[in-house]
Amino acid sequence: MRGDFAIQDQDGNELGGERRTIALCRCGKSRIRPLCDGTHKLIGFKAPSAREPWPAD
Amino acid sequence: MAGRLIDLPSPRGPLSEELFAALEEGPQARLGIPAVHSPDPLADEDLQLALYVAYELHYTAIRGVDERWEWSPALLAFRSELELPFEAAVAELVPPAEAAELESVGDALQRIVAEDPGPPLSRYMEIQGTREQMLEQIVHRSAYQLKEADPHSWAIPRLPPGPKAALLEVQFDEYGGGSAERMHSVLFARTMAALGLDPTYGRHIDLWPASTLAAVNLVTGFGLHRRRRGALVGHLAAFEMTSSIPNRRYGNALRRFGFGPEVTHFYDEHVEADAVHENIAAWDLAGGLAAAEPEVAADILFGARALLQVEARWARHLMEAWEAGETSLRAPLAPVPA
Repeated sequence: MRGDFAIQDQDGNELGGERRTIALCRCGKSRIRPLCDGTHKLIGFKAPSAREPWPAD
Repeated sequence: MAGRLIDLPSPRGPLSEELFAALEEGPQARLGIPAVHSPDPLADEDLQLALYVAYELHYTAIRGVDERWEWSPALLAFRSELELPFEAAVAELVPPAEAAELESVGDALQRIVAEDPGPPLSRYMEIQGTREQMLEQIVHRSAYQLKEADPHSWAIPRLPPGPKAALLEVQFDEYGGGSAERMHSVLFARTMAALGLDPTYGRHIDLWPASTLAAVNLVTGFGLHRRRRGALVGHLAAFEMTSSIPNRRYGNALRRFGFGPEVTHFYDEHVEADAVHENIAAWDLAGGLAAAEPEVAADILFGARALLQVEARWARHLMEAWEAGETSLRAPLAPVPA
């Protein structure tokens, strides 16, 4: 994620960090959620990133 | 903080003796073409030290050595005789890239780092390594970490716009995002100081074995030769892609020894930073360069594989020394108070 952003947890606390570009966790196993720590590589997480089409009727 | 200034280390054989004597004498000194016969250049103490010091002229002042040596034709001719067998030895460790890999360099890099040939050094350290072994590991790594990011910066003027922007995005973060205090090399120096280790650039050269010097010489060589810009980019990508998880483990090892954030910050910072850098480096930088300059795509993968092979030899050296109950450095580290 690049650009101007602010991240807050569910209680509205700002999650600090001065990095201008960040990687968000998608596998759910990172120990520094919501940021990525590379754990997806250890657990073999694989998932496409694009939106999936609606199922055909 | 003053600029870098190192002392010439102790020579380790005829190559480093001849080179260091000439450096001390001055640029008018006669420095001939050396006869290099090295059965294993990666483990050759004399060759790696001579090459390291020849390269250091580009990074730092050397006490008692005229700065004009950096571009002395005699020095460059001497250095070239050291580079050739080193480069050939590295090439022997690296299988050629397959045609299918070149179609998606980003995917190929993911597979290459997933098959890291090195022993599990960081896992060993996290679980069972000793405090003394961790301090040794840090003294080894200081060979690179105290100039972290510098050799990759040599790629900047040599890259097309897309990959150049990607590299600068990584480097800006490595260099502290505009703050010297957050510069990664400065964070590493702070970790060393907090552990009671001298963080002065170049202070521990005499302790570094050939395998440690070779890991730094590899990236410096890629950096100083424009023709190796692909390998330099591949080296950075693989470095970043194999950083987050080991750094978390080293941080955990230091916490296990009872150290606090002033020691572990460097490692914790790298867990987060390199999870970002690895994506930029693999896709925008390496993938972008392969798309813009397909003729260097194979060398990108070469640089990644060369890093892993040379680091694997380094890690094996440490593990084997420790298994034998010996120091992995060339001399035991002076005791550091706990």
